Amino acid sequence: MSMEDTIADRRFSIDRATLIRRLREVLPVQALLAEEEEMRPYDCDGLTAYRQLPLLVALPEDEAQAQAVLKVCHQLQVPVVPRGAATGLSGGATPHPDGVLVSLAKLKRIIRVDPLSRTAVVQPGVRNLAVSEAAAPYGLYYAPDPSSQIACTIGGNVAENAGGVHCLKYGLTVHNVMRVRGLTIEGEIVEFGNAALDAAGYDLLALLNGSEGLLAMITEVTVKLTPKPELAQVVIASFDDVRKAGDAVASIIAAGIIPAGLEMMDKKAIHAVEPYVNAGYDMDAEAILLCESDGTPEEVAEEIGRMTAVLERSGAAGIRVSQNEAERLKFWAGRKAAFPAVGRLTPDYLCMDGTIPRKRLAEMLEAIAALSGKYALRCANVFHAGDGNLHPLIMYDANQPGELDRATAFGSEILELSVRFGGTITGEHGVGIEKILLMAEQFTEAEIGAFHRLKAAFDEHGLLNPGKGVPTLARCREYTQARAGTASPAPRL
Amino acid sequence: MDTLIEHWTARINEAANAGGKLAIRGGGSKSFYGGPENGEALDVGGYRGIVAYEPTELVVTARAGTPLAELAAALAEKGQWLAFEPPYFGPAATVGGMLASGLSGPRRQAVGAVRDFVLGVKLLNGLGEVLSFGGQVMKNVAGYDVPRLIAGSLGTLGVVLEVSLKVLPLPVAEKSLRFALDEAAALQKLNQWGGRPLPISASAWHDGILTLRLSGAAAAVAAAQRALAGEVLDDAEAAAFWSSLREQTHAFFAGNPPLWRLSLPSVAPPQALGPTLIEWGGAQRWLRAGDATAIRAAATQAGGHATLFRADDALKTAVGVFQPLTEPLARIHRNLKRAFDPQAVFNPGRLYPGL
Repeated sequence: MSMEDTIADRRFSIDRATLIRRLREVLPVQALLAEEEEMRPYDCDGLTAYRQLPLLVALPEDEAQAQAVLKVCHQLQVPVVPRGAATGLSGGATPHPDGVLVSLAKLKRIIRVDPLSRTAVVQPGVRNLAVSEAAAPYGLYYAPDPSSQIACTIGGNVAENAGGVHCLKYGLTVHNVMRVRGLTIEGEIVEFGNAALDAAGYDLLALLNGSEGLLAMITEVTVKLTPKPELAQVVIASFDDVRKAGDAVASIIAAGIIPAGLEMMDKKAIHAVEPYVNAGYDMDAEAILLCESDGTPEEVAEEIGRMTAVLERSGAAGIRVSQNEAERLKFWAGRKAAFPAVGRLTPDYLCMDGTIPRKRLAEMLEAIAALSGKYALRCANVFHAGDGNLHPLIMYDANQPGELDRATAFGSEILELSVRFGGTITGEHGVGIEKILLMAEQFTEAEIGAFHRLKAAFDEHGLLNPGKGVPTLARCREYTQARAGTASPAPRL
Repeated sequence: MDTLIEHWTARINEAANAGGKLAIRGGGSKSFYGGPENGEALDVGGYRGIVAYEPTELVVTARAGTPLAELAAALAEKGQWLAFEPPYFGPAATVGGMLASGLSGPRRQAVGAVRDFVLGVKLLNGLGEVLSFGGQVMKNVAGYDVPRLIAGSLGTLGVVLEVSLKVLPLPVAEKSLRFALDEAAALQKLNQWGGRPLPISASAWHDGILTLRLSGAAAAVAAAQRALAGEVLDDAEAAAFWSSLREQTHAFFAGNPPLWRLSLPSVAPPQALGPTLIEWGGAQRWLRAGDATAIRAAATQAGGHATLFRADDALKTAVGVFQPLTEPLARIHRNLKRAFDPQAVFNPGRLYPGL
């Protein structure tokens, strides 16, 4: 079995000509793509290893057009796959062969920034960074900052509950979104949350975050804006042993410090990044930690002092503190460029996203090193250490027969280990199609069944993004049987 | 499986087969909240104890019947706490009741609500299945975020067995300040200050007095205290004041008139509906008044909602406790209820009639 198969687990019998005719009635001519060469750019998201042409691509220009598309699709029982900037790494926006891919990229208006209430109302196609830019004149910003923030959109951030490097202190998308306006699969307008701090009834807003486009289509989002701290400084500590670095992370937390950011990179990642961006990282280190403090100048001075003391006690071989904003950004530039830097070293790579209790970090790194030998593939490690969220980057060459299979098996073993360590298969990238079979590793059949019923509460006929997020019970059984029956701990994905 | 859980599963199945109803009960401290209790009592307070607590992971897992006071004491021993300051409303308050009610205290404006700190839940659904969602880690997007959905669901979706919560270090320093301001001026100030990087952790306005609490690093609190001026409260007096708001023992909450909770955008103007106490930087407004129609209309008009927080059962039944839902939200609520509790066994009517 392969992950593409899971998308096609449910095929739909669609009369394409009728669908085109009906959609042409509700969309401007340029907003519907039906030719293969026009649709080709939409055949994948950030999970580029898996490509699939949709039946059609719709590019609604406003909510009314999106609503009209859904009404037609619902009436004709056509699957719908929503898409933002397609920077997602788990295949959440991979098209369905019988479905309409609905790109919300044209809904890109910032409707309002209100400095007094510290909120911004934006359309789903607005880029993450654009929100912070619009808020900057008021001394405010939008806190969640995924690495793809230049390109990724707010709609996609909500769908994936995107994280970033400042989550431990400032939260995930779910903590920074107050209201989502959207459309049900029937094309009804629905408001989750409001401009207050809570809404009546079940917390459906929380449910929408991270729902991967399976519950509703997002047409507008109200985000919370945060006052920009007066000052931020970052400490870089280098370690001659990954275990010491892992223990230092726990010691910082134990000291009662919640850093604004706490990131870790291993030697392979440092060696990928340093020649690429000259961030000033210690090339001899086995691991480095980036530890940020923000707040008032007095607060930062106090906290940096405490952080430095803990890092020294933890056996850091070298410690540097950014002396100005330019230097702080330079120190961060290396971490933020880790993915493209690794991309320069290898034709292809897979990015994993398990999360584990922080205390298992060093153990996990050692396990990954062993797996790297087993599969004969290189792996660089970048961690959101403060959250225990790992991003091992498994390097492979898709043109070499068998390498993709080995890379996926390698990745599966890391994620299985994450679950065994008391963590999860995905911290912030989502399940999509990439990790759909591994859901059986983390959840029982009863829990998977509950997810399916929850989905049906929003989308009775399963038309929104079918084949993503939650595997069918049949797939779960197949997976569990394969796991029980094979000597190899990692089945093909 | 634990014998208690086995026993409850049997009772759930029995109720489901016979059209019976179960009223889930922990410590009973929040039984006043929500629609009137209805059904045979399912006493879950006996399922208690801290299952796992690792201060360096910033996570604690406790059984639902664990007394909140016991949990708070264990956390305090390690210099940590539940930063959203959940109200107890009585010494018997439990972790499960805290989650089911979804209520948060004065610090909600600064750090978030219960739902923002829930990482995982284990629950018994209406089919008698034990299900685990979320986990013990900070970031987890595998599967739908059921743990946060359970927060505030008033036991209508299942019996909470275990909860994993994010905990935070106790603030190093704290100082409270007082200002004489009328309601409109106080709201204006609160919103302006909210846009500045100040360590404001709580706020309350009542009867011409605005009280602010600053929490955080000693240096930050001292700097903010200088910048904001204001009359400094004695530490013990301040602690008693914030506790009296959290526990509603403040004089404002005494007496019989119905207590309404308005959840509004912080910038909403004064509502002039009756005696008012404002918290959460303007976003939570307590009101002693009787005209449900006018209150609900005003809350909707302002972009929020109104809850009949404390009142006798007759009034609750007559006007409803929570703001009525519009379609299609009401439909999604009914469908979700059915997804978790198909025979509608748990806490009928506690959240909405028919749910």
